[in-house]
Amino acid sequence: MRANSPQLTANRLTHGQILEWLQVVKDPEIPTISLSDLGVVRRVEVDATTGGVYVQLTPTFAGCPAMDYMKRDVERTLLAHGVPAVRVEISLQEAWSSDMLTAAGREALRAHRLSPPPVLAGQVFDLDFLEYAECPNCHGHNTELRTPFGATLCRAVHYCFACKQIFEQFKPI
Amino acid sequence: MTPQLDLLYRLADDQLILGHRNSEWNGLGPILEEDIAFSSMAQDKLGHSLQLYGLLHQLGEAEPDTVAFTRNAPQFHCCQLVELPIGEYDFSLTRHFLFDHAELLRFEALATSSFEPLAQVARKLRGELKYHALHANTWVKRLGTATDEAIERMQRSLDFTLPYALGIFETTELEPEIISTGLFVGEKELQARWLESISKVLAQTELQLPDVLIATPVSGGRHGEHTEHLQPLLDEMAEVFRLDPTADW
Repeated sequence: MRANSPQLTANRLTHGQILEWLQVVKDPEIPTISLSDLGVVRRVEVDATTGGVYVQLTPTFAGCPAMDYMKRDVERTLLAHGVPAVRVEISLQEAWSSDMLTAAGREALRAHRLSPPPVLAGQVFDLDFLEYAECPNCHGHNTELRTPFGATLCRAVHYCFACKQIFEQFKPI
Repeated sequence: MTPQLDLLYRLADDQLILGHRNSEWNGLGPILEEDIAFSSMAQDKLGHSLQLYGLLHQLGEAEPDTVAFTRNAPQFHCCQLVELPIGEYDFSLTRHFLFDHAELLRFEALATSSFEPLAQVARKLRGELKYHALHANTWVKRLGTATDEAIERMQRSLDFTLPYALGIFETTELEPEIISTGLFVGEKELQARWLESISKVLAQTELQLPDVLIATPVSGGRHGEHTEHLQPLLDEMAEVFRLDPTADW
């Protein structure tokens, strides 16, 4: 019997298995990072009786236009693995913070030449945080915030004085 | 109307209308970064209005699209400040500065609202609004300390816009209940916090804050009284929806 046949998976589905499958679902605009590492997958529940799966996603920014795509990609991926029923909900129950990015997620952002946001870790989210960025090219800190609004809602534009280059940062929030 | 509906309609309508106005800078910004900034803030604000109309829907009101696109001006609860045409960049910037300082403080206060679904949304929105306030501060400080022409234009805009900005804090009959039930700290308290907040930024410029004690607030918006600019905006905004309510794009 194939590992991903519906009957088998319904009996053996675990939380960890679902998360592993979801690793292939990437941000539609940053193809190096998975939704899990981005921190937008907040909850995964498996119904032990039916094998149905509930996934709760939260947007990085409330007006993010990619949420519908993310929702659809999660549904498609899990259905393709034979999950009998998938319900994906977009919720603000647990508001996204850039601290929800995993270590792997931060590396994935760097791989896409995006500066990862500084870790807040409970510190006051003030202007210093908004203005700070590490250059994704030289990793230097001699940088300046040029505009808090970039190509997408989640990106700010900074300038590196060492590289003399503009770069994008995934915004801290 | 319940205190919750009363408050939510005001919040949501402000976001929707100013979001739409900001989007009018798309393709017209004085520099590319500003074109993108106003378009991004428009997108944020439409996202915020959707969250707030979503809360209204959970409380039994119609679907967000229906609420946003089928009402006429007298049914809107936005303040008149947000509906004014974008005008010149100095006006749009000044409006953005005055409105978003109030908005950031408003959602910081709402993060502890007794109405938990609203508190949840507020905890999300306040972080995003910091970027709006940061953007406004940057440009107000830059232009407010630049050439004589820049300072003069910014001062004129500030003098013109301030009475409209005071209309943000217009209360409704339900204000005592809104405060006593812990839904929100109230408009009077918000206005005091706002005044302190904008004063700190303006003190770093050559601009003079007009005396708010002698200015007459432009009110009425919270009670459905609007300028002649709102209805044409609504007509334009709802053009596709009214042609085909099921259209998807």
